[in-house]
Amino acid sequence: MPTVLVPTPLRRLTANQAKVDVAGDTVDSLLRNLDAAYPGIGERLFDGDGQIKRFINVFVNEDEIRTLQGAETPVASGDRVSIVPAMAGGAHQP
Amino acid sequence: MTRINRDQLVALAKSQITETTPQALSQRLRNGASPLVIDIREREEFEQGHVPGAVFIPRGFLELRIEQHAYDPTTPIVLYCAGGVRSALATRNLQEMGYSHVESLVGGFGGWRSAGLPVTVPRVMTAEQKVRYSRHVLLPDVGEEGQTKLLDAKVLLIGAGGLGSPAALYLAAAGVGTLGIVDFDVVDLSNLQRQILHSENWIGKPKVESAAARIKDLNPDVKVVAHREPITSANALQIIQDYDIVLNGSDNFPTRYLVNDACHFLRKPLVDASIFMFEGQVTVYHPGAPEEGIAQGPCYRCLYPDPPPPGEVPSCAEAGVLGVLPGIVGSIQAVEAIKLVLGKGEPLIGRLLTFDALEMSFRTLNIRRNPACPVCGDAPTLTELIDYEQFCGMPTRE
Repeated sequence: MPTVLVPTPLRRLTANQAKVDVAGDTVDSLLRNLDAAYPGIGERLFDGDGQIKRFINVFVNEDEIRTLQGAETPVASGDRVSIVPAMAGGAHQP
Repeated sequence: MTRINRDQLVALAKSQITETTPQALSQRLRNGASPLVIDIREREEFEQGHVPGAVFIPRGFLELRIEQHAYDPTTPIVLYCAGGVRSALATRNLQEMGYSHVESLVGGFGGWRSAGLPVTVPRVMTAEQKVRYSRHVLLPDVGEEGQTKLLDAKVLLIGAGGLGSPAALYLAAAGVGTLGIVDFDVVDLSNLQRQILHSENWIGKPKVESAAARIKDLNPDVKVVAHREPITSANALQIIQDYDIVLNGSDNFPTRYLVNDACHFLRKPLVDASIFMFEGQVTVYHPGAPEEGIAQGPCYRCLYPDPPPPGEVPSCAEAGVLGVLPGIVGSIQAVEAIKLVLGKGEPLIGRLLTFDALEMSFRTLNIRRNPACPVCGDAPTLTELIDYEQFCGMPTRE
């Protein structure tokens, strides 16, 4: 199974696991399966239209999926799928 | 062995080498077929002016240091001295080492200057600076030339907080001549767990003043320009335009989009970083500099076209941050800024470096410019600064 690398802000939804092995043969099916296994993570990843939110980047191994085949990018056992959200750091949001 | 006198030795050398004229060298440099030009005179002579772009290796060290500059023995090299005698002898020595394309400049620097060709007069480091920066100057990729570039560089730090602290300290220690700091905040006790620029006796006082005092203490060569104001659409272009490179250590999304857009409009490289709990991200957004061989990379908007809605991404103030984390990430920003100043190495352009302190892992992910990006794409639709609070779904700042 491919391995999903979970970013810090989402780890509370994966029982604090930084890496989760999930079944799936495309990025989309993988992330849907991730949501099935860890309910709540889907609404952090997908917008109302089922698209990956525009402040979240998904990489298969080292490459961003928009430069591959988007959510339909195939994944296989041994692939590492990274979820990289925008982070601002610092202070309270105004 | 037959004894020969100096004139005979010089004549012998000249018969065994190739010489070039100032005009021919100037032509080659203009055509971009740049040979490695080496000034082999003494330091005092070099400091009074030299051929632009020439590398300084005094005659006595030439054979010992040449490989640091020309490892390939077929590298085209032109040596010059004051009048063309020392360089003729030196050319012969490099030929003995196997350098096949080395020439001596006829008439030397004197000939170059009397031909009316351009001359560079380098900044001269003081005796104290030579000691202070000696560990840099020893590095072949820095040297006196690189240290001079650092002393002439102007770097702007957005924020004197967790990321800005280590970046400011290392850039100041490295002798970056002008450090601008934008921060309107005052030092708070809760900052001191990570913001190593500041100390207890500065609590309640402006961060820019605390930073300026600390930097002055560390390196009086550095001029600190304090911008004690929030960076906004009204002042961003004016502030940023005076600097060569911008380091972003801001703590909110509106500022990140603002600084990205302003840097792109002004064609300034932006060394961007953010941190959260135990995790950091660093990259360099570069508008491209063809003259330095740097292609345009992606910008922040290529990576994150839209900001998260307010409240969706927790802040460090809510979730916490390991104090050392900005120390690592801000130091990486300082390294990238120094590399850009020196024009050395592979900058983090088109690559997002992620760091996880718990795993102790670094990963480099490839990111690309989005041709449809509204700011840096092929047909930009955003050509001036906007209201970034509104863009990020927040109430507009008063």
